[in-house]
Amino acid sequence: MSDSKNAGTAARLAGQADDAVDLEAEFKASNIQEVLDKLDRELIGLKPIKTRIREIAALLLVDRLRKRFELTSETPTLHMCFTGNPGTGKTTVAMRMGEILKRLGYVREGHLVTVTRDDLVGQYIGHTAPKTKEVIKKAMGGVLFIDEAYYLYKPENERDYGAESIEILLQVMENNRDDLVVILAGYKDKMDKFFLSNPGMRSRIAHHLDFPDYSADELMAIARLMLASQNYRFSPEGEKAFAEYIPLRMKLGHFANARSIRNALDRARLRQANRLFAGKSRKLTRLDLITLEPEDILVSRVFKEGQPDSEVG
Amino acid sequence: MMTNHGNRITQGQFSFLPDLTDQEITLQIKYALKNGWAVNVEYTDDPHPRNTYWEMFGNPMFDLKDPAGILMEVNNCRKTFPNHYIRVTAFDSTRGWETPRMSFIVNRPKNEPGYRLVRQERDGRSMGYTIEPYATDKPEGERYS
Repeated sequence: MSDSKNAGTAARLAGQADDAVDLEAEFKASNIQEVLDKLDRELIGLKPIKTRIREIAALLLVDRLRKRFELTSETPTLHMCFTGNPGTGKTTVAMRMGEILKRLGYVREGHLVTVTRDDLVGQYIGHTAPKTKEVIKKAMGGVLFIDEAYYLYKPENERDYGAESIEILLQVMENNRDDLVVILAGYKDKMDKFFLSNPGMRSRIAHHLDFPDYSADELMAIARLMLASQNYRFSPEGEKAFAEYIPLRMKLGHFANARSIRNALDRARLRQANRLFAGKSRKLTRLDLITLEPEDILVSRVFKEGQPDSEVG
Repeated sequence: MMTNHGNRITQGQFSFLPDLTDQEITLQIKYALKNGWAVNVEYTDDPHPRNTYWEMFGNPMFDLKDPAGILMEVNNCRKTFPNHYIRVTAFDSTRGWETPRMSFIVNRPKNEPGYRLVRQERDGRSMGYTIEPYATDKPEGERYS
């Protein structure tokens, strides 16, 4: 009798092995390639980040297939921590994350709720818990993005309510894994200090992603992308001038990667408008209105005095 | 009452049906959120049909996208008041409506004793009739325990 039982089990296993699923077809059906392509197109550089997103996508896809064979496994935790210097695209990637995870079927709504310490931590006893819970409830079904997360914990003040907020977050991150994804973001050194004093937080976050600084070439590509989205473009000489500008600016203090580039472009647009206004005797064409010339860039103080224009960061 | 077997009170939506499961509650909340209504959790231990204003559990919940957060509050409320009536209401703030559009009971006491008929003799041998819940004989908080 036990023989026939064993034979039955073997037959069932063999049967399962036989009706193989088509990974390729599943991949195509999920539109993941489209999302990844869009990511490649619109975000310059960020190799390690893109690799990790690809890995997460693969994991979720395989998980879905496993479910079909009733090979149950726990839902993977997707809480993340983004560290990196200013202007390396942490917020931008977080915004995309919601959409990506929704496409992959990990979150239901895919909206992003961006908060900082002010939104989570209350001002008096008993204020913090409802405040944090309200934010968490709003983020359910989507992504909760906590910017400058290290401000949550202030070790120098032991009466600070931040710890209470962290406590509630930890609880939700553990118990409501299916309902929301928490992404913490901040500068590397401060986040390291934050995790040192909150080891529970560190262990509950599966993905620690470090955003690298951009190279000069990547910054140039970003500048082109930014201008294109605002319906501007460089003249060939203008582009050359800006290519000279970038390495000079990178050497100076308070360099904030893509954010500095955006500021530089904003100032170039200001100067272009001024230039067009000064030469108003002549008729302007459409081309004049969209082109940034070298003189819009070369007036920058970066070239003359070797210090950034009046800007912070 | 022969028409309401077991004295289950019937207020709001779905109250003639068996109790909703969490999954069914989630679907109803999803419908409310889809319409942009603000969903609240309320509780009471006074089952009188004219008791319109129940206590709100926690803060009102605006701008939610997903029913999971509300279901979490429903379960919190059930834990705090296992023997109270708990209902979920969806408020529509659109001009012209400005009123609850949905309201359904999600939790009820294990034992619902129902209502007694109260007669009042008035002038000229006329009678006034009203109902009174048996539960409200006891002070608030001690009913249904």
